[in-house]
Amino acid sequence: MSLGKTEVEYISRLAQIEVREDDVDGVAAKLSNILDLFTQMEAADTQGIEPMAHPLDAVQRFRADVVTEVDQHEKLQAIAPSAAQAHYLVPQVIE
Amino acid sequence: MSWEVVIGLEIHAQLTTKSKIFSGASTEYGAAPNSQACPIDAGMPGMLPVLNHAVLGKSIMLGLALDAELGMRSVFDRKNYFYPDSPKGYQTTQMDFPIVGQGKLEIELEDGTKKVIGVTRAHLEEDAGKSVHGIVPGQTGIDLNRSGTALLEIVSDPDMSSAKEAVAYAKKMHELVQYLGICDGNMQEGSFRVDSNVSVRRPGEPLGTRAELKNINSFKFIEKAIEIEIERQIEVIESGGKVVQETRLYDSEKDITRSMRTKEEANDYRYFPCPDLLPVIITEADVEAVRVVMPELPDAKRARFVSDFNLSDYDAAVLTGSRAMAEFFEKVVALTDAKDPKMCANWATSGFSAALNRDGLSIENAPVSADMLAGMISRIIDNSISGKIAKQVFDAMWQGEGSADEIIESKGLKQITDTGAIEALVDDVLANNPDQVEAYKGGQEKMMGYFVGQIMKASGGQANPGQVNKLLTAKLKA
Repeated sequence: MSLGKTEVEYISRLAQIEVREDDVDGVAAKLSNILDLFTQMEAADTQGIEPMAHPLDAVQRFRADVVTEVDQHEKLQAIAPSAAQAHYLVPQVIE
Repeated sequence: MSWEVVIGLEIHAQLTTKSKIFSGASTEYGAAPNSQACPIDAGMPGMLPVLNHAVLGKSIMLGLALDAELGMRSVFDRKNYFYPDSPKGYQTTQMDFPIVGQGKLEIELEDGTKKVIGVTRAHLEEDAGKSVHGIVPGQTGIDLNRSGTALLEIVSDPDMSSAKEAVAYAKKMHELVQYLGICDGNMQEGSFRVDSNVSVRRPGEPLGTRAELKNINSFKFIEKAIEIEIERQIEVIESGGKVVQETRLYDSEKDITRSMRTKEEANDYRYFPCPDLLPVIITEADVEAVRVVMPELPDAKRARFVSDFNLSDYDAAVLTGSRAMAEFFEKVVALTDAKDPKMCANWATSGFSAALNRDGLSIENAPVSADMLAGMISRIIDNSISGKIAKQVFDAMWQGEGSADEIIESKGLKQITDTGAIEALVDDVLANNPDQVEAYKGGQEKMMGYFVGQIMKASGGQANPGQVNKLLTAKLKA
């Protein structure tokens, strides 16, 4: 299976990863190789096999419903690109 | 040619947990911005989520109430999209293996007909933060306090065929989650959010393209928005156009829906199992632990009120409208030894409820408790006071003047049941109204009402009306 320029542009936009114009062919080739690997794996008979949700053979543990965290917004906002009035600031979002 | 309407609802119910679904930050509403958003909620690199145990029992409880298949093994997935109020770049949710599977909910329509609505699934997920505008011009402020709050998204089958059915279902689910105590149901604070998927088609044809109505926070507006959207879609198709799959917002002032204009590619969420969380296992013991603490559900309670207390369907429905009211009523009935449940129902649904509404209070902070109301009703039952005097006693209790017994005592409101005293009153009234007595004897029987009124007035409303009638009749016939 091979991906073209259009697909690479679409995927990079979804992932918010910039792909330079002259890198597109190379990225397309790499992604196509990965998809080829999946095509190969699809040949395996998986009838009756439960899909694996996690590589570890373990189950989720829980924490009790207790508040354990304190207000750390000043520390967290000290490393944010921009903050004002205790809010993180980002470029305007149009709703 | 007619049109068929197809509606499915997605309801986000915020679970009543003290801490977030994956972190130990508080979920209390209304805190200072970002004061309840820890590094996990802020999506800091390297932070790992740990699931809050409380969400398990609450999900099982809803599953049991909806007679649903439980996801004994459920899996968390990542739903990938970029939006500034979701700092990780994905929402942790459940896709292929939700914690609650296919279930059902019976609704009742205004005309009394019943309909069973399928519930496709309910899955656990985390809420996003909030965008705030106007702090710095040209920029958006982000408050992550809501980020990571536990939600159950309850998805219905596309089983509803009118705005009224959709609202009946939404209200029923709203009542249910509050009865179960798994969600506080506060729509203004966003604890219970309803998104409606609406489409139209010609009878017998495949499903039409749907539009999703979002962010509507009252049942009244949900109904109006769906109705307007149905009209709009029919108009689009009848004038030769096509309905586009999109999210639409309802403008209650103009009474229209309008497109939110999101890019369609935003719907390519690329779900995959979350590597930070392991499969969640529900054991039979977990289910049993919930089953033993399951509260009685509204429908069962309603039926029991009718059969055990001989109440009308209407009274039973009003009393079971909220779990708090139902429990208040049952407490009053128990404290009065179930001697007159109908009277308890009347006081709970009229006098007591009217006072709550008038003063904008809830049952928990009302000045009259179940014990106090029961104390007063006991005095009506044992004939110490009449129903009319009871209103006076109730008002005094509401004003904080004490218990019913204290008020009856201090105001001297005890009903006169002494035959001699009532007889004296009757004699007085008859002696002072010779003309009316003549008229009565001449056949004007309606004078009876006049005499009773005069006697009750003379007694300050305290004479026992039954005894007055009996003695008066005897005297007049003599």
